Amino acid sequence: MASAAELRALTRLHVREMAARLRAGHFTARELAEAHLALAHAQDRALNAWASFDDERALAAAEAADLRLAGAHAAASAGEKVAPAGLPPLLGIPVALKDLVVTRGRPSTAGSRILEGFVGPYDAHIAERLDEAGAVVLGKTNMDEFAMGSSTEHSAWGPTSNPWDLDRVPGGSSGGSAAAVAAFHAPVAIGTDTGGSIRQPASLTGTVGLRPTYGRVSRYGIVAFASSLDQVGPFGRDVRDAAALLQAVAGHDERDATSAPLPVPDYPAELPDPDDEAAALLRGVRLGLPREYFVKGMEPGVEAAVRSAVRALESAGAEIVDVSLPHTDYGLATYYIIAPAEASANLARYDGIRYGHAVRDGDVLANYLATRGSGFGAEAKRRIMLGTYALSAGYYDAYYVKALKVRTLIKGDFDRAFAGADGQPPVDALVAPTSPTVAFPLGARLADPVAMYLSDACTLPVNVAGLCGLSVPCGLSEGLPVGLQFIGRAFDEGRLFRLGRAYEAITATADWRRLEPTDLPKLDDPATPTPAERTARLVRR
Amino acid sequence: MTSAAATPMSARYETVIGIEIHVQLKTASKMFCRCPTDIEGAPPNSRTCPICLGLPGTLPVANRRAVELVLETGMALEAEIVPVTRWDRKNYFYPDLPKGYQISQYELPLTRNGRLAFETSEGPVTVGIRRAHLEEDTARLVHAADPGGRRVSLVDFNRSGMPLMEIVTEPDLRTPEQARRYAEELRLLLRAIGASDAEMEQGQMRVEANVSIRPVGEAAFGTRAEVKNMNSFRSVERAIAYEVERQERVLDAGEPLVQETRGWDDDRGVTYTMRIKEGSDDYRYFPEPDLPPLRADPAWLEEIRGRLPELPAARRGRYTAGLGLSPYDARVIVADAGATALFEETLAAAGGLGLAGVTPKLVANWVSGEYLRLAKQATGEEVELAESAGAAARVRPEELARLIGLVADGSLSGTSAKQVFERHFTAGEPVEAIVTDLGLTQISDRDALAAAVEDVIAANAAAVADYRAGRQQALGFLVGQVMRATRGRANAALVAELLRGGLDDGGTTG
Ligand SMILES: [Zn+2]
Repeated sequence: MASAAELRALTRLHVREMAARLRAGHFTARELAEAHLALAHAQDRALNAWASFDDERALAAAEAADLRLAGAHAAASAGEKVAPAGLPPLLGIPVALKDLVVTRGRPSTAGSRILEGFVGPYDAHIAERLDEAGAVVLGKTNMDEFAMGSSTEHSAWGPTSNPWDLDRVPGGSSGGSAAAVAAFHAPVAIGTDTGGSIRQPASLTGTVGLRPTYGRVSRYGIVAFASSLDQVGPFGRDVRDAAALLQAVAGHDERDATSAPLPVPDYPAELPDPDDEAAALLRGVRLGLPREYFVKGMEPGVEAAVRSAVRALESAGAEIVDVSLPHTDYGLATYYIIAPAEASANLARYDGIRYGHAVRDGDVLANYLATRGSGFGAEAKRRIMLGTYALSAGYYDAYYVKALKVRTLIKGDFDRAFAGADGQPPVDALVAPTSPTVAFPLGARLADPVAMYLSDACTLPVNVAGLCGLSVPCGLSEGLPVGLQFIGRAFDEGRLFRLGRAYEAITATADWRRLEPTDLPKLDDPATPTPAERTARLVRR
Repeated sequence: MTSAAATPMSARYETVIGIEIHVQLKTASKMFCRCPTDIEGAPPNSRTCPICLGLPGTLPVANRRAVELVLETGMALEAEIVPVTRWDRKNYFYPDLPKGYQISQYELPLTRNGRLAFETSEGPVTVGIRRAHLEEDTARLVHAADPGGRRVSLVDFNRSGMPLMEIVTEPDLRTPEQARRYAEELRLLLRAIGASDAEMEQGQMRVEANVSIRPVGEAAFGTRAEVKNMNSFRSVERAIAYEVERQERVLDAGEPLVQETRGWDDDRGVTYTMRIKEGSDDYRYFPEPDLPPLRADPAWLEEIRGRLPELPAARRGRYTAGLGLSPYDARVIVADAGATALFEETLAAAGGLGLAGVTPKLVANWVSGEYLRLAKQATGEEVELAESAGAAARVRPEELARLIGLVADGSLSGTSAKQVFERHFTAGEPVEAIVTDLGLTQISDRDALAAAVEDVIAANAAAVADYRAGRQQALGFLVGQVMRATRGRANAALVAELLRGGLDDGGTTG
């Protein structure tokens, strides 16, 4: 049995390292799960990254993985040919799920009081896929209520802190998954990205996050926020880890009519381990730099880090061309009509009649008002009202129909950039900042919804256009992580991973790569304030 | 001079009726999930899954068969098939609607601009079909008392997500009878296609009528009432007739009509206010993002078109113009699936048995007459559209063909044949066995009948005198007496001939 320090060292490994050592018998899947759970429990007060833990099932899954590994070992020692490919890549690997992935017999609250007590009677498609892959689900991570937010502060279960600075937000809405991966509670985690909810927290926590193309991953079993924008995607501490997780969950599912019946490439196989091979992937690549993404209000430190990353890509052989996506400015307005409109319908089912939070207060209408009035938080209510208004008779054409038209224009901008137009050569992908700012202090944008919405100005056009986007760490500004975003054509996730991997390779020796989240020691301090207490103190100030 | 009140209502007002019909489609599984559709009589909430319960995270997948049935119906209604249609969410809160919205079709229904022709007592009528679209049904609310005696509302989600087709007419109908005949004709068509059993009593076909009246000559529509809860064709006609009268009374009294939903109370024979509409409902329809638009592939449409069976109107046309049936027989037979099957199969059997005398007209007489009479008796069905499929199973077409053949060639009298048929209908024995058993073979032998004829002439002096005085009816009476004497087995035509001969001779000998 390994010492506590040795166990904790296991949590620093990458997925491929864990997999190799599990197969070599250096440690068991159970030890790996215990190491992660111990760390996550110990830091839960300080970070509040988790909505619920599932130790019991995690350990059972880990033991099942150990049995499979033992079987393979026995076969090998008996002289049988063991096909390592026969063991799934995620066998025994700990994974965190965002708290909107429905799993059988376990709670899923989507960060909302209205789903308090809801226990799923079925498994989401991705939960089934992870089960088949032998992954060990540790529990569910905190999030903005119904994925509505950019800071994980709109959670009924309190805010999550950023491991880089516990007084700051981890971004959102998948902030719990991002913080858990950054703090080594899990090597990889599932998030969802409706307007930037994977890429923006990845950027703010120094992790890798991919928003896949709409239709790449089944939404069956994912509590819906905005159906035409939602996508499930991976977090990891490097590109190869994120790619391994996407590989396990991507692909067609007939239970989601919007899921694409397309083959899924072998993403990890396309990502070389040697840095020189990976760097060579940049040769002959043409990247577009959209001038509209260097927005007003962008922090100089963020802009500097992003421009420096772009120069690094150029010196490694990529061709950088300026492109214009002229309708970018309308992205935010378009998004904040379409997403709330869909949400206003998606959230109508929470009526307290069949499951979750319920308040009985008289007749049917009174029950609705009491249940929904006390079950939803302020941001969810704000968006339900926005969406209901946008869909109402007399406003529908002016808002919703207009937004759909602008959505087509925004998509057209990307199509032209990828195809080459107006004298511009076609580009393979776009490169841009992920978030205009680094992680902001807890409470800083709570009173100003529009400032909060602007956090996603560089990410949400990708959702509106149904494309894919990858955020990778590209340096620090004021000691906090900055993200670089690659935007790709529909279903071109493989190229984004290769670009991200190449960027990792060419910056492998950069000073900032050696840094870990700076507040990690405080995380282990049992007296450290909770994120909610920090928020109260900061807002009062 | 007649007073205004004595003038027939219809002379002063024109009635305008539009019909909306919801039809439960006959598919194996529900509209957007895989739950079975055998909900009739199933324990509450036993035909449900996370999808039709509207649980978080679930998504709909459209039932291809349901789409095909609506397309087939659209084709049968000569409607336009919309090449690219989509689904919309209709948003409202009610405990029977688990998602808080119903997936329906709003702007682009699967089919639109069709028509349906049907017969009425005042002649043929054609109604325009505005649209036929697909949607999902709601759950069912049951109001009950809990063990403590408090009133509670329970929800049974078995019906939630059942496939529904909504068919909406233009406001083309003008009389309650037209409305009823339209609904009946539509039901026939749906059953011919196999789209639905359309049993009104079981809620498989729900008729709502938009009824308004306007002064004759007025172009603008009057204030309409939406009438619901009619669960038979007869009640459709009665409810609309009542509603028209009610509206006329209100207008005659100088009062305004209000736009409202009214229910039909079949026992009291009145409509009553269910809900007053204040302004128009805002359902905030918008395109369903969980389902991609539906593209009708031309090859698929051709395949569906190729599947269309002979429709009721075409069949009636073939029966009258092609087979020489009376319009009455054609209508009555086509209106009943069992009768149609028996008619077709008996004709085919007669052909197979080489019974040339068994003409379509003769078969039609038997089917529309004796067969339907017995079938209605057997099912206790008193409405016009008896569903006799069950009864039809008892009658073997080749036996009916043989029976008609025996009558046609004079071996069996009409009266005996009815007796035989009734026994075949009840007990299912072969016709020949029944005829032998009852000793019913017709007597067509002159010598065998001569004695009976002489006896009757001798015993009925008054009738004989009447006949001789020129009263032809007296002959009928005498034929009847001979038939009675032979227990109906005599060949009636031969009896008449023998009687005439005997009576005319008797003038000189008697
Ligand atoms: Zn179901």
